[in-house]
Amino acid sequence: MSKQDMRYIFDLHKLMIERKIILVYEGEFTQEITKSVLSMAERNLESFGEEESIKRKVFNVMVECLQNICKHTEDTQFSFSDLRTGAVFMIGLEFNEYIIISGNPMSNEFVPNLESKLEKINSLDKDGLKALYKEIITTGSISDKGGAGLGFVDMARKSGQKLEFSFEPIDDNYTFFSLKTKISREKALL
Amino acid sequence: MDKIFLEGTEDTPKIMLNADSGIYEISGRSLPEDSAEFYKPVLNWLEGLKTSGIKSVDFEFKLEYFNTASSKLILDVLTKLENCKEAGMEVRILWFHRDDDEDMQEAGEEFSELVEVPFEFRTY
Repeated sequence: MSKQDMRYIFDLHKLMIERKIILVYEGEFTQEITKSVLSMAERNLESFGEEESIKRKVFNVMVECLQNICKHTEDTQFSFSDLRTGAVFMIGLEFNEYIIISGNPMSNEFVPNLESKLEKINSLDKDGLKALYKEIITTGSISDKGGAGLGFVDMARKSGQKLEFSFEPIDDNYTFFSLKTKISREKALL
Repeated sequence: MDKIFLEGTEDTPKIMLNADSGIYEISGRSLPEDSAEFYKPVLNWLEGLKTSGIKSVDFEFKLEYFNTASSKLILDVLTKLENCKEAGMEVRILWFHRDDDEDMQEAGEEFSELVEVPFEFRTY
């Protein structure tokens, strides 16, 4: 590898500092990896001396994000270094907000359903989200993947802001879904 | 009745269910990989409690954090306790939250609106 080729290491490092990225994980997601990522992120937040209530909200959103990826990573014939399988998770700071980002591939057929679910969540205010949460928890059941169908609603409630999302086509069968949740560091906004 | 004692871990709560000494407690963190499987023995135990002849139960929740899949199972636990109450038992839920943890307090208040069992809120 030439010196020029190794430049990307410095660039990546610089990019992470400039964008105030606290932690990035890319690859395979399991419960064991989730636990490791959570404990690393917790230690980072502690080292900033972040307030308990903010730390708890960030932790909460991280758990839902990571477990979503674990549950919805589809078994495919591709390796984890493939765009169609691997996922990405990161947390960072933007202005005075923590941002929790996840990105994972999904089959195109599930996109319309997910998109309308997220749009519905974003159309609701605080009371609307509470009502939706209650409706799902009382009438829903645990899916065969082990989810309660409450993750995104809970993330929106903890954030108090709209969920940001996008869908990027990977190929004819797969789409890359990315999601960004913000947690303000200002207590007054919570 | 049999006792259940599970030590807490970084992703599962500590569980103490001991009818002889009147200790009923779920505490710590709950974000297991498979929450339905994890809570199954607890739900079965509560089914047995209903017909145990026990007169009163103070059930303590002292959770630091739980994920959404666990929240569904916590509602199932509360529903079992509601069944015990309907069977004539005196049931009270003691919902603990940290002084500054409004989200945990609110979560308890929401659960209290979903089941017909009295809740008492305490800080620690």
